[in-house]
Amino acid sequence: METLHFHHKVKHRAAGTKAMAIVGVVASGNLEVLVERILPNSDCELDIKTAAEGFGAVWQLVVADFVELRSPGGLKLSINDGGARPDTVAIRLAQAVRLIEDVDP
Amino acid sequence: MSARSPVERGAGQQRKAASWYEASARERVRLLLDVHSFQELLGPEERQISPHLHIFNLPEQFDDGMIVGKGLLVGRKVFIAAQEGRFMGGAFGEVHGAKLTGMLRAVRDAASIPLFILFDTGGVRLQEANAGELAIAEIMRALMEARIAGARVIGLIGGRAGCYGGGGLIAGCCSALVVSEQGRISVSGPEVIETNLGAEEFDSKDRALVWRTMGGKHRRLIGGADMFVDDTIESFRIAAVKLMRSPRAFDADVLKSEQSRLRQRLDQFGSCADARDIWRMEGVEDPNAVPEMAPDAFIALADKIREPCHDAR
Repeated sequence: METLHFHHKVKHRAAGTKAMAIVGVVASGNLEVLVERILPNSDCELDIKTAAEGFGAVWQLVVADFVELRSPGGLKLSINDGGARPDTVAIRLAQAVRLIEDVDP
Repeated sequence: MSARSPVERGAGQQRKAASWYEASARERVRLLLDVHSFQELLGPEERQISPHLHIFNLPEQFDDGMIVGKGLLVGRKVFIAAQEGRFMGGAFGEVHGAKLTGMLRAVRDAASIPLFILFDTGGVRLQEANAGELAIAEIMRALMEARIAGARVIGLIGGRAGCYGGGGLIAGCCSALVVSEQGRISVSGPEVIETNLGAEEFDSKDRALVWRTMGGKHRRLIGGADMFVDDTIESFRIAAVKLMRSPRAFDADVLKSEQSRLRQRLDQFGSCADARDIWRMEGVEDPNAVPEMAPDAFIALADKIREPCHDAR
């Protein structure tokens, strides 16, 4: 197992009012993303635990793309990864932010 | 919320379109219950993860593959517990099991609120086998205590992992079971039987054999499951509502009549070598047609052959 941590300064706060959302399952080639609205609006953090070791550089690129595209200000994303491919990771990150952008019923 | 509101109508459409088998545990919980009614206990943000998996260098899941909480089903309070079959094969570990035990104790204390267990499990997680085996024993005890207190515990089975090992034992303790064709219920799985007794006894690669021995249709026909349903979340929801509304006793008389049913079953079918022999003896005219039969036709056949029975199996 390898642990990775990323911290980004972002332009905008993520929309919506939900405090928490979760998407995905920890399985081979899949991952779960738990997203919590607990940081200052200018910050985004990712804590990653991955079964596939030695891919830190790829994670860095996928995360940088994600932060640029979504501007997930105020969000902390915690990830348990079962060895997902970068495209699957990108989809799950987008899904997680989409879910937390909902308004609580 | 009115049943005719646009939100409920949209959920109804989703339930009809969604396959139980394909859905994740969270999807099943969300769509089985009334819209926005689910309240999770010990949710993923609490990070109650397995204390064992990191020792084996294996990835953890924030809910340890078990989702527990409460919600509403057609406006009535219910408890719910769901296993994620894709995480570690839905297997029981220490935390996974403890969440279900705790839920069952809450069910016992509330007494009148039913619990639905959405099984999807290969059995005990071998990396934490001792803790997992203990969890199975604790769950069975807690389940019995909940039923003695007057609560109904209803199992819903139709996931990828089926309901095997300790999960099969827990299912056997439930008040009632709903199963789809994809759902399989047994204790020893096909590969386990083959490993111990040889391929001549049970060929785990013979999928037709596996399905007609452990699959939902066979379980329904021999009275192991109370209701057979189509593989949609809507069908499971309709069955859940129906079973929730049929209160039954759990006492010595129920257990005695179950014991005599099982003795009768053994006398009657004990010499059968294949499930098809049992179906023929039960009065199914063409047993070979059963596996291919569409859900509606099969439900009609099963209702004719065997009425849903009392609260034990």
